Amino acid sequence: MNDARSNILKRLKEAGPGLPETAEQTPVPLARWSPAQRIERFSQRMESVRAEVHIVPDNGWIDLLKELVSEKGIGTLLYSPPTEYGSAIGAAWGTSDGPLRTLTGEIEEWQEQLFSDIDAALTSTHAAIAETGTLVLWPDSAEPRTFSLVPPIHIALLKAERIFDTFADLVAREQWQNGLPTNALLISGPSKSADIEQTLAYGVHGPVELIVLVLTEA
Amino acid sequence: MQQSVEFRGRSREALGNEQIRSNFRQAMDGLMSKRKASFPDQDELRRLRLRAAEIRANALLKLPELLERLEQRCHENGIQVHWAESTAEANAIVLGIMQRHDARLLIKGKSMVSEEMELNHYLEAHGIECLESDLGEYILQLAGEPPSHIVAPAIHKSRQQIAQLFRQKFPDIPYSEDVDTLTRSARTILRRKFNQAPVGLSGVNFAVAETGTICLVENEGNGRMCTTVPPVHIAVTGIEKVVEHLADIPPLLSLLPRSATGQHITTYFNMISSPRKPGERDGPQEVHLVLLDNGRSRIYQDQELIQTLRCIRCGACMNHCPVYARIGGHAYGTTIPGPIGSILEPQKAGLDRLGDLPTASTLCGACAEVCPVKIPIPDLLNRLRFERVRSDGDNLTPGQGSQRHGWEPTVWRAWSWLHAHPLVYRLGTRIASRLRWLQPRRLGNWSRVRSTPRVASRTLHELAAKNGFNDE
Repeated sequence: MNDARSNILKRLKEAGPGLPETAEQTPVPLARWSPAQRIERFSQRMESVRAEVHIVPDNGWIDLLKELVSEKGIGTLLYSPPTEYGSAIGAAWGTSDGPLRTLTGEIEEWQEQLFSDIDAALTSTHAAIAETGTLVLWPDSAEPRTFSLVPPIHIALLKAERIFDTFADLVAREQWQNGLPTNALLISGPSKSADIEQTLAYGVHGPVELIVLVLTEA
Repeated sequence: MQQSVEFRGRSREALGNEQIRSNFRQAMDGLMSKRKASFPDQDELRRLRLRAAEIRANALLKLPELLERLEQRCHENGIQVHWAESTAEANAIVLGIMQRHDARLLIKGKSMVSEEMELNHYLEAHGIECLESDLGEYILQLAGEPPSHIVAPAIHKSRQQIAQLFRQKFPDIPYSEDVDTLTRSARTILRRKFNQAPVGLSGVNFAVAETGTICLVENEGNGRMCTTVPPVHIAVTGIEKVVEHLADIPPLLSLLPRSATGQHITTYFNMISSPRKPGERDGPQEVHLVLLDNGRSRIYQDQELIQTLRCIRCGACMNHCPVYARIGGHAYGTTIPGPIGSILEPQKAGLDRLGDLPTASTLCGACAEVCPVKIPIPDLLNRLRFERVRSDGDNLTPGQGSQRHGWEPTVWRAWSWLHAHPLVYRLGTRIASRLRWLQPRRLGNWSRVRSTPRVASRTLHELAAKNGFNDE
């Protein structure tokens, strides 16, 4: 289809010079909050789209996780051992694995299990955005993309200091243009649709429930 | 002309259908008030719209260069880029990829470009099953209907109609009119398919030239499914969707969902920059990006009409259009309905086929007022009204002059001559006012749905003179 390429570019280039320059860049003021306000704004926005937010000291989240697992009747909880939180989770249920599940190898080996046997998956997060109540995930080899997508419940661990004011601020501070992962994801609540009579229904294709544990310094 | 007749017929039919009228009225009222509530700060909105318009105008200004950069960056990232001049070429590219993988099932996220390509129809003719996975699109596929809105495709259907449809297609599932239950049924059915499909297809909301990134906006998670679970992902996009910088994305993302549905952000914003890398454990092994022209590079050549290509497909113009709200999306008979469709589609298909669409507007200006990228839609509608009757075409817009019929040019020539000759004009209007009893009671099509205007008994000049105004 090289002809298509050169024909399209030729037509565009021929027309090009006639267009007016637009050097203007209207500044858009960005919201600024204190750390406490950021947590508040984030939680409020998340809860408004029916996500569950728990603010917990970073030495208390394991107990909270165990409570949530039993309270919600989560039979199988997927997590990834080679992560910052992996060993703590691995030890949480003592010597027995209890509900804990891990998946090794590539998706072709565990897709079936992920679709049918996993009630909930726990992942860490790259950052979050206060303005819109948004989690930012950069899935990697430890925590693949499908972990936060396929199981009916997604539990996300977020460090409070990783909440940024706005998406624009996050992209600029971290210079995202210099290197993006295979998949960068913004997640703002559980999966939903309003395709039937504009009525919100949750859990269409992705998780039915999103639970965020915001970890604050103890 | 065939299409024009159809448009008039379909509009009349839609206007007579109370279900359509009330479904659309309710939905549009809801969408309008949600949009309004999501922009409490008018100054922020004003600045964001200016910024977004600049971003899109800049991207169009540099379009050929940005497309080359996008291709280069995608190539470096491992995404395979394909170029298609026509929908036929784009379909053939998708089919080629499917055949190379011996794939018999394509699972689709929402994509208006795939609608433009009539991809499902094409692939099905080649023995490949296409499955829509967006809830609204899935419902329409079951019903065998095209979308009637670009953001909320099944907006014309009521809960009861959808429940009936499910009963008919899935007699084993218990009947329910409950939205959650209907949604849950669709989830169960489609999950099995996601687990099996060898190839997933998506559209593209923004393509970032700087980083070679495909961005997708969605709420349901089906877009993520289509682009993550199957071993092959094909993204189809119009060539105009590219933006220069990654930093251009936050302002556009801030406007798009708010303009569309009043959400501050969609549930998912999915940025894909490469296929599965060595060591990564999921994601497609192959990612393809199909760049479709289909008339866009021709629209690009007109300095005024090029503004059509700024569109980011939020649907706000249709949500606010008094014509769209009454006749609904199907009456337009085009992939994209509403005000943006009325300027975009005739430029693609030709004014000879869709020449009536630019007239399907009251020019009230609501569309331009809400457009997040400030497309002057009423100006462009007017421009196309001119294009459809002009006799000295520049051959850029197809079907130029095709609606120039019969006595109309002569009547307008006489009209303009009359207005350029004051004495004749005065004499003429005076005679008309004196002979007004001769005026017919009905004026053809004009008075079919309107009362007939009457010539006044005294001309404006006479009334002004009588009241002491002197124009000499």
